Amino acid sequence: MTLPLTKRRSIHRKVEEGVFKILMVASMVIVVGCLVLIVGTIIWKGLPALSLSMITQTPKGGYYLGREGGILNAIMGSLYLASGATLLALMFSLPVVLFINLYNKKNSRLAEWTRFSFDVLWGIPSIVYGAFGFLIMIFLGLRASLLAGIFTVALLEFPIMSRAMDEVIRLVPRSLLDASYSLGATRLETALKVVVRQCLPGILTAVLIAFGRGIGDAASVLFTTGFTDRLPTSLFQPAATLPLAIFFQLGTPFPEVQERAYASAAVLTVMILLISLVARGLIKKSTKHIIK
Amino acid sequence: MRLFKDYLARKTMLGLSFVPGLIVLLMCLGLFLKSRPILAQKSFFSLLFSSAWSPLRGEFGLFPFIMGTLWVTFVALIMAVPVSLLSAIYLSEYAPRFIRESTKPIIDLLAGLPSVIYGVWGVLLIVPFVGQVLAPLFGVESSGYTILAGGVVLAIMIFPTIISVCLEVFTSIPYEMRETSLSLGATKWETVRYVVLKKGLQGIIAAVVLGLSRAFGETMAVLMVVGNIPRVPKSVFDSGYPLPALIANNYGEMMSVPLYDSALMLAAGALLLVVIAFNLLARFTLIRVERKAE
Repeated sequence: MTLPLTKRRSIHRKVEEGVFKILMVASMVIVVGCLVLIVGTIIWKGLPALSLSMITQTPKGGYYLGREGGILNAIMGSLYLASGATLLALMFSLPVVLFINLYNKKNSRLAEWTRFSFDVLWGIPSIVYGAFGFLIMIFLGLRASLLAGIFTVALLEFPIMSRAMDEVIRLVPRSLLDASYSLGATRLETALKVVVRQCLPGILTAVLIAFGRGIGDAASVLFTTGFTDRLPTSLFQPAATLPLAIFFQLGTPFPEVQERAYASAAVLTVMILLISLVARGLIKKSTKHIIK
Repeated sequence: MRLFKDYLARKTMLGLSFVPGLIVLLMCLGLFLKSRPILAQKSFFSLLFSSAWSPLRGEFGLFPFIMGTLWVTFVALIMAVPVSLLSAIYLSEYAPRFIRESTKPIIDLLAGLPSVIYGVWGVLLIVPFVGQVLAPLFGVESSGYTILAGGVVLAIMIFPTIISVCLEVFTSIPYEMRETSLSLGATKWETVRYVVLKKGLQGIIAAVVLGLSRAFGETMAVLMVVGNIPRVPKSVFDSGYPLPALIANNYGEMMSVPLYDSALMLAAGALLLVVIAFNLLARFTLIRVERKAE
Protein backbone atom coordinates (compact mmCIF):
# COMPACT_ATOMS: atom_id res chain seq x y z
CA MET A 1 0.00 0.00 0.00
CA THR A 2 2.97 2.35 -0.19
CA LEU A 3 2.55 5.22 -2.58
CA PRO A 4 5.07 5.77 -5.32
CA LEU A 5 8.01 7.93 -4.33
CA THR A 6 7.09 10.98 -6.41
CA LYS A 7 3.59 10.97 -5.02
CA ARG A 8 4.85 10.80 -1.44
CA ARG A 9 7.26 13.62 -2.09
CA SER A 10 4.54 15.76 -3.52
CA ILE A 11 2.35 15.17 -0.47
CA HIS A 12 5.31 16.00 1.72
CA ARG A 13 5.78 19.26 -0.15
CA LYS A 14 2.14 20.19 0.17
CA VAL A 15 2.19 19.45 3.90
CA GLU A 16 5.30 21.56 4.35
CA GLU A 17 3.67 24.41 2.46
CA GLY A 18 0.56 24.15 4.61
CA VAL A 19 2.42 23.94 7.90
CA PHE A 20 4.46 27.02 7.17
CA LYS A 21 1.48 28.93 5.95
CA ILE A 22 -0.30 28.22 9.23
CA LEU A 23 2.80 29.28 11.15
CA MET A 24 2.97 32.52 9.21
CA VAL A 25 -0.66 33.39 9.76
CA ALA A 26 -0.20 32.51 13.42
CA SER A 27 2.76 34.90 13.74
CA MET A 28 0.80 37.63 12.06
CA VAL A 29 -2.04 37.05 14.51
CA ILE A 30 0.44 37.25 17.39
CA VAL A 31 1.80 40.59 16.18
CA VAL A 32 -1.60 42.15 15.63
CA GLY A 33 -2.98 40.48 18.75
CA CYS A 34 -0.21 42.02 20.87
CA LEU A 35 -1.20 45.52 19.82
CA VAL A 36 -4.88 44.87 20.47
CA LEU A 37 -4.05 43.25 23.80
CA ILE A 38 -1.81 46.11 24.92
CA VAL A 39 -4.15 48.94 23.94
CA GLY A 40 -7.14 46.95 25.17
CA THR A 41 -5.64 46.19 28.58
CA ILE A 42 -4.52 49.76 29.16
CA ILE A 43 -7.88 51.25 28.19
CA TRP A 44 -9.86 48.60 30.06
CA LYS A 45 -7.84 49.09 33.25
CA GLY A 46 -7.44 52.83 32.88
CA LEU A 47 -10.86 54.14 31.91
CA PRO A 48 -12.70 53.12 35.11
CA ALA A 49 -10.06 54.93 37.16
CA LEU A 50 -10.19 58.03 35.02
CA SER A 51 -12.15 61.01 36.26
CA LEU A 52 -12.55 64.59 35.19
CA SER A 53 -10.64 65.90 38.18
CA MET A 54 -7.68 63.77 37.18
CA ILE A 55 -7.11 65.63 33.97
CA THR A 56 -8.12 69.10 35.16
CA GLN A 57 -6.27 69.41 38.47
CA THR A 58 -2.70 69.50 39.60
CA PRO A 59 -1.69 67.17 42.44
CA LYS A 60 -2.75 68.40 45.86
CA GLY A 61 -0.80 67.64 49.04
CA GLY A 62 -0.50 63.90 49.57
CA TYR A 63 -1.54 63.04 46.05
CA TYR A 64 0.92 60.20 45.91
CA LEU A 65 -0.56 58.82 49.10
CA GLY A 66 -3.96 58.58 47.46
CA ARG A 67 -5.44 62.02 48.20
CA GLU A 68 -7.05 64.58 45.91
CA GLY A 69 -5.69 65.96 42.71
CA GLY A 70 -4.89 65.07 39.16
CA ILE A 71 -2.14 64.90 36.61
CA LEU A 72 -2.72 68.18 34.78
CA ASN A 73 0.86 69.16 35.63
CA ALA A 74 2.18 66.12 33.78
CA ILE A 75 -0.14 66.51 30.80
CA MET A 76 0.74 70.17 30.34
CA GLY A 77 4.42 69.52 31.03
CA SER A 78 4.53 66.83 28.38
CA LEU A 79 2.71 69.03 25.86
CA TYR A 80 5.08 71.97 26.47
CA LEU A 81 8.09 69.73 26.33
CA ALA A 82 7.10 67.88 23.19
CA SER A 83 5.98 71.04 21.37
CA GLY A 84 9.18 72.88 22.18
CA ALA A 85 11.33 69.94 21.24
CA THR A 86 9.45 69.30 18.02
CA LEU A 87 9.80 72.94 16.99
CA LEU A 88 13.52 72.91 17.72
CA ALA A 89 14.01 69.62 15.88
CA LEU A 90 12.04 70.96 12.90
CA MET A 91 14.30 73.99 12.70
CA PHE A 92 17.26 71.72 12.17
CA SER A 93 15.83 68.83 10.28
CA LEU A 94 13.92 70.66 7.55
CA PRO A 95 16.98 72.57 6.27
CA VAL A 96 19.18 69.48 6.41
CA VAL A 97 16.70 67.33 4.54
CA LEU A 98 16.07 70.04 1.94
CA PHE A 99 19.79 70.46 1.52
CA ILE A 100 20.67 66.83 0.94
CA ASN A 101 17.82 66.49 -1.54
CA LEU A 102 18.00 69.74 -3.51
CA TYR A 103 21.38 71.36 -3.31
CA ASN A 104 23.33 68.20 -3.52
CA LYS A 105 22.86 65.69 -6.21
CA LYS A 106 20.45 63.19 -4.76
CA ASN A 107 22.97 60.50 -4.10
CA SER A 108 26.11 62.49 -3.44
CA ARG A 109 28.56 61.41 -0.81
CA LEU A 110 27.51 64.09 1.65
CA ALA A 111 23.87 63.12 1.33
CA GLU A 112 24.77 59.50 1.86
CA TRP A 113 26.81 60.26 4.95
CA THR A 114 24.10 62.45 6.39
CA ARG A 115 21.50 59.74 5.86
CA PHE A 116 23.88 57.27 7.39
CA SER A 117 24.42 59.38 10.49
CA PHE A 118 20.66 59.78 10.84
CA ASP A 119 20.37 56.01 10.78
CA VAL A 120 23.01 55.71 13.48
CA LEU A 121 21.41 58.45 15.59
CA TRP A 122 18.05 56.75 15.19
CA GLY A 123 19.47 53.59 16.72
CA ILE A 124 20.90 55.26 19.83
CA PRO A 125 18.78 54.42 22.87
CA SER A 126 16.97 57.24 24.61
CA ILE A 127 18.72 56.63 27.92
CA VAL A 128 21.99 57.57 26.22
CA TYR A 129 20.38 60.77 24.93
CA GLY A 130 19.33 61.37 28.51
CA ALA A 131 22.86 60.88 29.81
CA PHE A 132 24.26 63.10 27.06
CA GLY A 133 21.68 65.82 27.72
CA PHE A 134 22.58 65.59 31.37
CA LEU A 135 26.27 66.11 30.58
CA ILE A 136 25.52 69.16 28.48
CA MET A 137 23.24 70.49 31.19
CA ILE A 138 26.02 70.18 33.79
CA PHE A 139 28.50 71.66 31.34
CA LEU A 140 26.33 74.74 30.82
CA GLY A 141 25.56 75.01 34.51
CA LEU A 142 21.82 74.47 34.09
CA ARG A 143 19.63 72.65 36.56
CA ALA A 144 17.05 70.07 35.54
CA SER A 145 14.56 72.23 33.69
CA LEU A 146 12.06 72.38 30.88
CA LEU A 147 14.76 73.90 28.67
CA ALA A 148 17.23 71.07 29.22
CA GLY A 149 14.44 68.59 28.59
CA ILE A 150 13.41 70.32 25.37
CA PHE A 151 16.98 70.24 24.17
CA THR A 152 17.43 66.55 24.94
CA VAL A 153 14.12 65.48 23.44
CA ALA A 154 14.84 67.61 20.36
CA LEU A 155 18.05 65.64 19.88
CA LEU A 156 16.08 62.43 20.17
CA GLU A 157 13.43 63.59 17.69
CA PHE A 158 15.91 64.98 15.18
CA PRO A 159 16.76 61.70 13.40
CA ILE A 160 13.19 60.39 13.62
CA MET A 161 11.76 63.49 11.99
CA SER A 162 14.48 63.79 9.38
CA ARG A 163 14.22 60.20 8.24
CA ALA A 164 10.46 60.44 7.86
CA MET A 165 10.80 63.75 5.98
CA ASP A 166 13.56 62.50 3.75
CA GLU A 167 11.33 59.67 2.59
CA VAL A 168 8.74 62.13 1.27
CA ILE A 169 11.03 64.80 -0.12
CA ARG A 170 13.11 62.20 -1.91
CA LEU A 171 10.08 61.37 -4.02
CA VAL A 172 9.61 64.87 -5.43
CA PRO A 173 9.88 64.41 -9.17
CA ARG A 174 12.94 65.86 -10.87
CA SER A 175 10.75 67.44 -13.54
CA LEU A 176 8.95 69.57 -10.97
CA LEU A 177 12.26 71.02 -9.79
CA ASP A 178 13.40 71.60 -13.36
CA ALA A 179 10.18 73.43 -14.14
CA SER A 180 10.74 75.71 -11.17
CA TYR A 181 14.38 76.37 -12.06
CA SER A 182 13.53 77.09 -15.65
CA LEU A 183 11.16 79.82 -14.50
CA GLY A 184 14.15 81.51 -12.94
CA ALA A 185 13.57 80.54 -9.33
CA THR A 186 16.63 80.09 -7.17
CA ARG A 187 17.16 76.86 -5.26
CA LEU A 188 15.98 78.45 -2.03
CA GLU A 189 12.78 79.68 -3.63
CA THR A 190 12.19 76.30 -5.19
CA ALA A 191 12.80 74.62 -1.86
CA LEU A 192 10.45 76.80 0.14
CA LYS A 193 7.71 77.51 -2.36
CA VAL A 194 7.55 74.36 -4.43
CA VAL A 195 9.03 71.46 -2.51
CA VAL A 196 7.71 72.34 0.93
CA ARG A 197 4.25 72.99 -0.47
CA GLN A 198 4.26 69.81 -2.48
CA CYS A 199 5.33 67.78 0.53
CA LEU A 200 3.45 69.63 3.24
CA PRO A 201 1.25 66.74 4.37
CA GLY A 202 4.26 64.44 4.43
CA ILE A 203 6.27 66.96 6.41
CA LEU A 204 3.44 67.40 8.88
CA THR A 205 3.25 63.63 9.27
CA ALA A 206 6.95 63.53 10.05
CA VAL A 207 6.46 66.28 12.61
CA LEU A 208 3.58 64.39 14.21
CA ILE A 209 5.54 61.15 14.38
CA ALA A 210 8.37 62.98 16.12
CA PHE A 211 5.90 64.72 18.43
CA GLY A 212 4.41 61.38 19.44
CA ARG A 213 7.84 60.00 20.17
CA GLY A 214 8.73 63.07 22.20
CA ILE A 215 5.59 62.93 24.29
CA GLY A 216 6.05 59.28 25.15
CA ASP A 217 9.71 59.12 25.94
CA ALA A 218 10.64 58.75 29.56
CA ALA A 219 14.27 57.71 29.74
CA SER A 220 15.61 60.90 28.17
CA VAL A 221 13.67 63.30 30.40
CA LEU A 222 14.40 61.42 33.59
CA PHE A 223 17.74 63.19 34.06
CA THR A 224 17.02 66.44 32.39
CA THR A 225 13.51 67.69 33.07
CA GLY A 226 13.08 66.79 36.70
CA PHE A 227 9.61 66.47 38.17
CA THR A 228 7.33 68.88 39.97
CA ASP A 229 3.74 69.10 41.10
CA ARG A 230 3.26 72.60 39.75
CA LEU A 231 2.65 73.78 36.23
CA PRO A 232 5.84 75.10 34.70
CA THR A 233 5.77 78.86 34.18
CA SER A 234 9.21 79.37 32.70
CA LEU A 235 11.75 77.46 30.67
CA PHE A 236 14.13 77.31 33.57
CA GLN A 237 11.80 75.47 35.90
CA PRO A 238 11.57 71.73 36.14
CA ALA A 239 8.46 70.20 34.59
CA ALA A 240 6.49 67.05 35.11
CA THR A 241 5.99 64.67 32.20
CA LEU A 242 3.27 62.13 31.62
CA PRO A 243 5.45 59.02 31.21
CA LEU A 244 7.32 59.81 34.42
CA ALA A 245 4.05 60.51 36.22
CA ILE A 246 2.88 57.04 35.19
CA PHE A 247 6.14 55.51 36.31
CA PHE A 248 6.16 57.21 39.72
CA GLN A 249 2.50 56.51 40.42
CA LEU A 250 2.95 52.86 39.55
CA GLY A 251 5.94 52.73 41.86
CA THR A 252 3.96 53.69 44.96
CA PRO A 253 2.70 50.90 47.21
CA PHE A 254 -0.88 52.24 47.32
CA PRO A 255 -3.48 50.55 45.11
CA GLU A 256 -5.47 53.80 44.61
CA VAL A 257 -2.41 55.57 43.28
CA GLN A 258 -1.58 52.62 41.04
CA GLU A 259 -5.11 52.84 39.65
CA ARG A 260 -4.28 56.41 38.72
CA ALA A 261 -1.15 55.23 36.96
CA TYR A 262 -3.39 53.05 34.78
CA ALA A 263 -5.65 56.01 34.15
CA SER A 264 -2.67 58.17 33.20
CA ALA A 265 -1.43 55.41 30.92
CA ALA A 266 -4.84 55.40 29.25
CA VAL A 267 -4.59 59.17 28.73
CA LEU A 268 -1.15 58.80 27.15
CA THR A 269 -2.31 55.91 24.96
CA VAL A 270 -5.32 57.86 23.72
CA MET A 271 -3.03 60.81 22.91
CA ILE A 272 -0.70 58.58 20.91
CA LEU A 273 -3.63 56.95 19.11
CA LEU A 274 -5.04 60.36 18.19
CA ILE A 275 -1.68 61.59 16.92
CA SER A 276 -1.18 58.55 14.75
CA LEU A 277 -4.75 58.76 13.44
CA VAL A 278 -4.18 62.36 12.34
CA ALA A 279 -0.87 61.38 10.80
CA ARG A 280 -2.58 58.55 8.91
CA GLY A 281 -5.20 60.93 7.63
CA LEU A 282 -2.53 63.32 6.42
CA ILE A 283 -0.73 60.57 4.54
CA LYS A 284 -3.97 59.71 2.74
CA LYS A 285 -4.49 63.36 1.89
CA SER A 286 -0.92 63.80 0.79
CA THR A 287 -1.24 61.23 -1.93
CA LYS A 288 -4.34 62.93 -3.33
CA HIS A 289 -3.24 66.40 -4.38
CA ILE A 290 0.33 65.77 -5.30
CA ILE A 291 1.79 66.28 -8.72
CA LYS A 292 3.33 63.01 -9.71
CA MET B 1 19.79 89.95 -3.63
CA ARG B 2 17.92 86.75 -4.37
CA LEU B 3 21.10 85.06 -5.36
CA PHE B 4 22.77 86.27 -2.20
CA LYS B 5 19.94 84.88 -0.14
CA ASP B 6 20.28 81.61 -1.96
CA TYR B 7 24.01 81.59 -1.32
CA LEU B 8 23.49 82.32 2.36
CA ALA B 9 20.87 79.62 2.72
CA ARG B 10 23.11 77.19 0.92
CA LYS B 11 26.01 77.78 3.30
CA THR B 12 23.81 77.54 6.41
CA MET B 13 22.24 74.34 5.20
CA LEU B 14 25.61 72.88 4.35
CA GLY B 15 26.74 73.69 7.86
CA LEU B 16 23.63 72.11 9.36
CA SER B 17 24.16 68.95 7.37
CA PHE B 18 27.22 68.20 9.44
CA VAL B 19 25.19 68.41 12.65
CA PRO B 20 23.97 64.79 12.78
CA GLY B 21 27.45 63.38 12.33
CA LEU B 22 28.77 65.86 14.84
CA ILE B 23 26.21 64.85 17.46
CA VAL B 24 27.36 61.24 17.29
CA LEU B 25 30.98 62.29 17.78
CA LEU B 26 30.12 64.70 20.58
CA MET B 27 28.17 62.02 22.42
CA CYS B 28 31.06 59.58 22.30
CA LEU B 29 33.52 62.26 23.35
CA GLY B 30 31.37 63.63 26.18
CA LEU B 31 30.65 60.25 27.70
CA PHE B 32 34.28 59.22 27.35
CA LEU B 33 35.55 62.36 29.08
CA LYS B 34 33.07 61.86 31.89
CA SER B 35 34.05 58.26 32.45
CA ARG B 36 37.77 59.02 32.52
CA PRO B 37 37.99 59.54 36.30
CA ILE B 38 36.95 55.96 36.96
CA LEU B 39 39.03 54.57 34.14
CA ALA B 40 42.04 56.30 35.66
CA GLN B 41 41.60 54.29 38.83
CA LYS B 42 40.59 50.92 37.52
CA SER B 43 41.22 49.10 34.33
CA PHE B 44 38.42 48.83 31.82
CA PHE B 45 38.33 45.06 31.95
CA SER B 46 38.31 44.77 35.71
CA LEU B 47 35.25 47.03 35.68
CA LEU B 48 33.52 44.95 33.04
CA PHE B 49 34.18 41.57 34.63
CA SER B 50 33.88 42.30 38.33
CA SER B 51 30.63 41.37 40.06
CA ALA B 52 31.17 43.54 43.12
CA TRP B 53 28.68 46.38 43.10
CA SER B 54 28.65 48.67 46.10
CA PRO B 55 29.08 52.30 45.12
CA LEU B 56 29.49 53.42 48.73
CA ARG B 57 32.64 51.36 49.05
CA GLY B 58 33.79 52.45 45.62
CA GLU B 59 33.21 49.12 43.93
CA PHE B 60 31.69 49.41 40.49
CA GLY B 61 31.64 45.97 38.90
CA LEU B 62 29.37 46.14 35.89
CA PHE B 63 29.34 42.41 35.21
CA PRO B 64 25.91 41.60 36.71
CA PHE B 65 24.35 44.40 34.69
CA ILE B 66 26.00 43.36 31.47
CA MET B 67 24.79 39.81 32.03
CA GLY B 68 21.31 41.13 32.83
CA THR B 69 21.24 43.01 29.54
CA LEU B 70 22.51 40.02 27.59
CA TRP B 71 19.96 37.63 29.13
CA VAL B 72 17.00 39.90 28.50
CA THR B 73 18.10 40.66 24.96
CA PHE B 74 18.72 36.99 24.22
CA VAL B 75 15.32 35.90 25.51
CA ALA B 76 13.65 38.68 23.53
CA LEU B 77 15.45 37.71 20.33
CA ILE B 78 14.55 34.03 20.63
CA MET B 79 10.91 35.00 20.75
CA ALA B 80 10.93 37.92 18.36
CA VAL B 81 12.99 36.58 15.45
CA PRO B 82 10.82 33.64 14.33
CA VAL B 83 7.56 35.53 14.78
CA SER B 84 8.70 38.67 12.97
CA LEU B 85 10.47 36.77 10.22
CA LEU B 86 7.40 34.63 9.49
CA SER B 87 5.16 37.69 9.60
CA ALA B 88 7.44 39.55 7.21
CA ILE B 89 7.46 36.60 4.79
CA TYR B 90 3.70 36.38 5.00
CA LEU B 91 3.27 40.09 4.38
CA SER B 92 5.67 40.23 1.47
CA GLU B 93 4.93 36.92 -0.28
CA TYR B 94 1.51 35.62 0.67
CA ALA B 95 -0.75 38.33 2.00
CA PRO B 96 -3.36 39.89 -0.26
CA ARG B 97 -2.98 43.58 -0.86
CA PHE B 98 -5.56 44.80 1.62
CA ILE B 99 -3.98 42.89 4.50
CA ARG B 100 -0.59 44.30 3.62
CA GLU B 101 -1.97 47.83 3.53
CA SER B 102 -3.93 47.50 6.74
CA THR B 103 -1.14 45.95 8.80
CA LYS B 104 1.27 48.78 8.09
CA PRO B 105 -0.45 51.24 10.45
CA ILE B 106 -0.64 48.51 13.06
CA ILE B 107 3.10 47.90 12.90
CA ASP B 108 3.78 51.64 12.94
CA LEU B 109 1.58 52.02 15.98
CA LEU B 110 3.38 49.17 17.73
CA ALA B 111 6.60 51.06 17.09
CA GLY B 112 5.10 54.34 18.25
CA LEU B 113 3.66 53.23 21.59
CA PRO B 114 5.70 54.75 24.43
CA SER B 115 7.85 52.34 26.37
CA VAL B 116 6.15 53.29 29.61
CA ILE B 117 2.92 51.92 28.18
CA TYR B 118 4.66 48.63 27.41
CA GLY B 119 5.94 48.71 30.96
CA VAL B 120 2.51 49.25 32.51
CA TRP B 121 1.09 46.52 30.33
CA GLY B 122 3.90 44.19 31.36
CA VAL B 123 3.20 44.85 35.02
CA LEU B 124 -0.53 44.31 34.51
CA LEU B 125 -0.42 41.17 32.41
CA ILE B 126 2.96 39.57 31.82
CA VAL B 127 4.38 39.76 35.33
CA PRO B 128 1.40 38.02 36.98
CA PHE B 129 1.28 35.53 34.13
CA VAL B 130 4.94 34.60 34.56
CA GLY B 131 4.72 34.59 38.35
CA GLN B 132 1.47 32.70 38.78
CA VAL B 133 1.15 30.52 35.69
CA LEU B 134 4.51 29.86 34.06
CA ALA B 135 6.72 29.63 37.13
CA PRO B 136 4.55 27.04 38.96
CA LEU B 137 4.33 25.13 35.69
CA PHE B 138 8.10 24.74 35.71
CA GLY B 139 8.10 24.22 39.47
CA VAL B 140 9.91 27.41 40.48
CA GLU B 141 9.07 30.14 42.94
CA SER B 142 9.00 33.52 41.29
CA SER B 143 7.54 36.95 41.86
CA GLY B 144 7.03 37.37 38.14
CA TYR B 145 9.44 40.28 37.96
CA THR B 146 11.89 38.27 35.92
CA ILE B 147 14.18 38.13 32.92
CA LEU B 148 11.41 36.23 31.15
CA ALA B 149 8.87 39.02 31.67
CA GLY B 150 11.40 41.57 30.43
CA GLY B 151 12.14 39.38 27.42
CA VAL B 152 8.49 39.03 26.46
CA VAL B 153 7.83 42.77 26.65
CA LEU B 154 11.04 43.50 24.79
CA ALA B 155 10.24 40.94 22.09
CA ILE B 156 6.99 42.74 21.29
CA MET B 157 8.81 46.06 21.22
CA ILE B 158 11.29 44.88 18.59
CA PHE B 159 8.71 43.20 16.31
CA PRO B 160 8.21 46.38 14.26
CA THR B 161 11.93 46.99 13.71
CA ILE B 162 12.65 43.47 12.46
CA ILE B 163 9.46 43.22 10.41
CA SER B 164 9.87 46.52 8.58
CA VAL B 165 13.56 46.03 7.78
CA CYS B 166 12.87 42.47 6.57
CA LEU B 167 10.03 43.77 4.39
CA GLU B 168 12.40 46.29 2.78
CA VAL B 169 14.92 43.54 2.14
CA PHE B 170 12.33 41.22 0.59
CA THR B 171 10.97 43.87 -1.73
CA SER B 172 14.48 44.54 -3.01
CA ILE B 173 14.70 40.96 -4.32
CA PRO B 174 13.79 41.01 -8.01
CA TYR B 175 10.47 39.45 -8.87
CA GLU B 176 11.90 37.56 -11.82
CA MET B 177 13.88 35.33 -9.48
CA ARG B 178 10.71 34.15 -7.78
CA GLU B 179 9.01 33.61 -11.13
CA THR B 180 11.90 31.50 -12.33
CA SER B 181 11.68 29.32 -9.27
CA LEU B 182 7.89 28.99 -9.53
CA SER B 183 8.06 28.14 -13.20
CA LEU B 184 10.45 25.29 -12.42
CA GLY B 185 7.66 23.75 -10.38
CA ALA B 186 8.69 24.83 -6.90
CA THR B 187 5.91 25.45 -4.44
CA LYS B 188 5.51 28.90 -2.99
CA TRP B 189 7.16 27.91 0.26
CA GLU B 190 10.07 26.30 -1.58
CA THR B 191 10.51 29.51 -3.51
CA VAL B 192 10.57 31.44 -0.26
CA ARG B 193 13.01 29.04 1.31
CA TYR B 194 15.44 28.62 -1.55
CA VAL B 195 15.19 32.01 -3.24
CA VAL B 196 13.85 34.72 -0.95
CA LEU B 197 15.46 33.61 2.30
CA LYS B 198 18.72 32.68 0.64
CA LYS B 199 18.99 35.95 -1.27
CA GLY B 200 17.83 37.99 1.68
CA LEU B 201 19.95 36.28 4.32
CA GLN B 202 22.34 39.16 4.83
CA GLY B 203 19.48 41.61 5.05
CA ILE B 204 17.68 39.41 7.55
CA ILE B 205 20.78 39.28 9.70
CA ALA B 206 21.00 43.06 9.51
CA ALA B 207 17.35 43.33 10.57
CA VAL B 208 17.98 41.07 13.54
CA VAL B 209 21.04 43.08 14.54
CA LEU B 210 19.02 46.30 14.40
CA GLY B 211 16.35 44.68 16.57
CA LEU B 212 19.07 43.52 18.92
CA SER B 213 20.49 46.99 19.34
CA ARG B 214 16.99 48.34 19.98
CA ALA B 215 16.55 45.73 22.69
CA PHE B 216 19.94 46.52 24.18
CA GLY B 217 19.13 50.12 24.92
CA GLU B 218 15.47 49.86 25.88
CA THR B 219 15.09 51.26 29.35
CA MET B 220 11.76 52.04 30.93
CA ALA B 221 9.69 49.05 29.87
CA VAL B 222 12.36 46.58 30.92
CA LEU B 223 13.12 48.46 34.11
CA MET B 224 9.50 48.14 35.19
CA VAL B 225 9.20 44.38 34.81
CA VAL B 226 12.62 42.86 35.26
CA GLY B 227 13.01 43.11 39.03
CA ASN B 228 16.26 45.06 39.30
CA ILE B 229 18.40 42.92 41.57
CA PRO B 230 22.12 43.37 40.93
CA ARG B 231 23.06 39.72 40.69
CA VAL B 232 24.11 37.60 37.73
CA PRO B 233 20.92 35.80 36.68
CA LYS B 234 21.03 32.01 36.47
CA SER B 235 17.72 31.26 34.79
CA VAL B 236 14.94 33.13 33.03
CA PHE B 237 12.94 33.02 36.25
CA ASP B 238 15.55 35.08 38.09
CA SER B 239 15.41 38.82 38.38
CA GLY B 240 17.96 40.79 36.44
CA TYR B 241 19.26 44.32 36.30
CA PRO B 242 20.13 45.49 32.79
CA LEU B 243 22.55 48.36 32.17
CA PRO B 244 20.02 50.98 31.00
CA ALA B 245 17.88 50.30 34.07
CA LEU B 246 20.94 50.85 36.24
CA ILE B 247 21.54 54.25 34.69
CA ALA B 248 17.90 55.27 34.95
CA ASN B 249 17.43 54.13 38.53
CA ASN B 250 20.41 55.87 40.04
CA TYR B 251 20.39 59.29 38.45
CA GLY B 252 19.26 60.79 41.76
CA GLU B 253 22.08 59.65 43.99
CA MET B 254 24.89 59.55 41.49
CA MET B 255 26.04 63.07 42.18
CA SER B 256 26.47 62.51 45.91
CA VAL B 257 28.74 59.46 45.82
CA PRO B 258 32.27 59.91 44.44
CA LEU B 259 32.94 58.25 41.09
CA TYR B 260 29.33 57.04 40.91
CA ASP B 261 28.44 59.43 38.09
CA SER B 262 31.62 58.45 36.31
CA ALA B 263 30.71 54.76 36.53
CA LEU B 264 27.21 55.40 35.21
CA MET B 265 28.53 57.49 32.34
CA LEU B 266 30.94 54.67 31.57
CA ALA B 267 27.92 52.37 31.42
CA ALA B 268 26.14 54.79 29.09
CA GLY B 269 29.26 55.14 26.96
CA ALA B 270 29.68 51.37 26.70
CA LEU B 271 26.04 51.06 25.71
CA LEU B 272 26.49 53.75 23.08
CA LEU B 273 29.57 52.10 21.60
CA VAL B 274 27.95 48.67 21.39
CA VAL B 275 24.82 50.10 19.80
CA ILE B 276 26.80 52.18 17.31
CA ALA B 277 28.92 49.18 16.38
CA PHE B 278 25.81 47.05 15.78
CA ASN B 279 24.18 49.82 13.79
CA LEU B 280 27.21 50.39 11.58
CA LEU B 281 27.42 46.68 10.88
CA ALA B 282 23.73 46.39 10.03
CA ARG B 283 23.55 49.56 7.94
CA PHE B 284 26.62 48.71 5.90
CA THR B 285 25.15 45.29 5.19
CA LEU B 286 21.84 46.84 4.19
CA ILE B 287 23.52 49.34 1.87
CA ARG B 288 25.42 46.47 0.25
CA VAL B 289 22.23 44.48 -0.17
CA GLU B 290 20.51 47.48 -1.76
CA ARG B 291 23.38 48.10 -4.14
CA LYS B 292 23.34 44.49 -5.24
CA ALA B 293 19.63 44.71 -5.92
CA GLU B 294 20.15 47.70 -8.18
